[in-house]
Amino acid sequence: MIRKNLSATKWQALARSSPPLLAMWADPTTIYAAFMDGAAPQLVSCPAPDGRFASFSAQHPAAAWFERAIQDLWGLEAVGSIDGRPWLDHGRWPVLNPMSSRPVRHGSAPPQPEFLEALGAGVHQIAVGPVHAGIIEPGHFRFHVVGETLVRLEARLGYTHKGTLGLMLGKSPRAAARFPARLSGDSTVAHSLAFALAAEQAAGITAPPRAVAMRAAMAEIERIANHLNDWGFICNDAAFPAVHARTGVLREALLRACHVAFGHRLMMDRVLPGGVATDIAAGGLGLIADALASIEAELPALERITASHASLQDRLVSTGIIAPGLAALLNAGGVVGRASGRAVDARAVPGYAPYDELEVVPITRTEGDVAARLAVRQDEIRESLRMLHIIAAGMPEGEIMTALPGRAGEGFALVEGFRGECFCWLRLDDGGLIQAAFLRDPSWLHWPLLEAAVQGNIVADFPLINKSINGSYSGVDL
Amino acid sequence: MLWPSLAKNLISRPLTDPAPATRPEEVAALAAMLEASARRRLGRSLAIRQVDAGSCNGCELEINATQNVVHDLERFGLRFVASPRHADVLLVTGPVTRNMREALERTRAATPEPCFIVAVGDCAIDGGVFKGSYAVEGGLAAETRPGEAMMRPDIRIPGCPPTPTQIIQGLLTLLAAQE
Repeated sequence: MIRKNLSATKWQALARSSPPLLAMWADPTTIYAAFMDGAAPQLVSCPAPDGRFASFSAQHPAAAWFERAIQDLWGLEAVGSIDGRPWLDHGRWPVLNPMSSRPVRHGSAPPQPEFLEALGAGVHQIAVGPVHAGIIEPGHFRFHVVGETLVRLEARLGYTHKGTLGLMLGKSPRAAARFPARLSGDSTVAHSLAFALAAEQAAGITAPPRAVAMRAAMAEIERIANHLNDWGFICNDAAFPAVHARTGVLREALLRACHVAFGHRLMMDRVLPGGVATDIAAGGLGLIADALASIEAELPALERITASHASLQDRLVSTGIIAPGLAALLNAGGVVGRASGRAVDARAVPGYAPYDELEVVPITRTEGDVAARLAVRQDEIRESLRMLHIIAAGMPEGEIMTALPGRAGEGFALVEGFRGECFCWLRLDDGGLIQAAFLRDPSWLHWPLLEAAVQGNIVADFPLINKSINGSYSGVDL
Repeated sequence: MLWPSLAKNLISRPLTDPAPATRPEEVAALAAMLEASARRRLGRSLAIRQVDAGSCNGCELEINATQNVVHDLERFGLRFVASPRHADVLLVTGPVTRNMREALERTRAATPEPCFIVAVGDCAIDGGVFKGSYAVEGGLAAETRPGEAMMRPDIRIPGCPPTPTQIIQGLLTLLAAQE
């Protein structure tokens, strides 16, 4: 049994003990939570026959967003929650609680959103979004400012809610794989892999060795491409487009190589439950090796340019600080957590194949500012390049797909994407179809930290801080 | 030293791709459509406002890539602007989530005439894989009023996501149809 079913009393005791929370979700009758228990993720659940459960949020602030989403989607109420406002439901769906056993029709006008207040002399509000000025995802930011200084930020998301979890139900893992692949397009490999590993655990199979190696290669390529992108955009937002231009060229060559090798620039729909969709095309491996060699060759120059321009460093250093204590309280993983001193990386702990043979050491900084988050990304590009050399050298031959038997089961996985750990849990019915599922992007634990990181900074630094955290909107909107 | 870098630049080729070709039949069809709707022509320069109506951010990655050094969208007279009030083109991605529909409609209302609509990606065309969900309208073709599509796209650029080259090709078709 991969999950402990708790009584309501035991659930309440757990809520008070404040474990390092990874995720909370539900099905129509049960509440679930995942947290880290030492080196292993621990899954617990508790029946909620009367539609109520004890809230985690008083002890664990990150739980508030999950509990609001659970209320909106499944209609289960978190008793004692610190925030009862709707989250994903903006009052615009044709039904209430669409994931509950009996969604009711809903026809009234959407309510005005309520925002947390900031009171004091000279405080005024700036409302931004959902349509932003740049080419980014939609969301609403409500700033409270005094002069140029940010006093409070509240992010209101949910604009990209597509009903992803609902669309997965009743489908085979193979048919449902296109939804985790589109939870957050930039993390398509990582979420597809988390989903595939969870489905394989539920079905009691493992992917063939060649598929395992190919998946890891794709995941590291995805990490490099995204870290290059973030590096460029951070510099661009600090009025330094030269680095952005070069990282753009390097990334483009890598994506084109992926297009040849895997048939898709972002490698979407390539990782499937049981293995991978297609083998590496002829000539693809050489192009990828060339693109990676160009990146490796140019890294020192890009690092030197980024480090040696005082105007750029002036914008990055001591901007948007996330204190280590706060990152720990939110149990933040990924680049954001590691830049604030947390030595966490799902490839190392709990770990999964083939990373047990690749000696993954989490790269950390303690400053917690924009510069630290950029530095972690730079070092991780180098680490991914190192791992890719080893993966390519030892690429096994053979099958790339194991058939999934149609049987009942339950599985979960934690996979390190470029942002942080992507969590997936699912349960299959007797016919092997998905009965319940949850996908959690690492951004769930990063968005609240953005709200904290901007306090005391100036409005003009918000884009820079936002870019350095780079939360996914679609990833948390589901 | 100036000479080594000058010499290097003289012998190195530009990083930028050649312009993708447009299909004459697509250009002719679009030109006829624009003629029929009697829309004023805007010349060889278009200001584009991108609206994410609930995408997975895959389309945004590729739209952003149209601006990199290799694709360099601006050399064609195409540029992205921050406000719909400055825009000639709305570039829409995503299946039009119910939570984004009003924002999209208000963005359209804020864009001056003539306004061209470009649907980028399978989701914006008909909802893509998210078609049928309670949370989406189902792309720009969705009937939000009986018998009436929400917005009629002038150009549809299919793909999940379309490549930067395909996106540029679609926008160049829009330019060519106005000549």
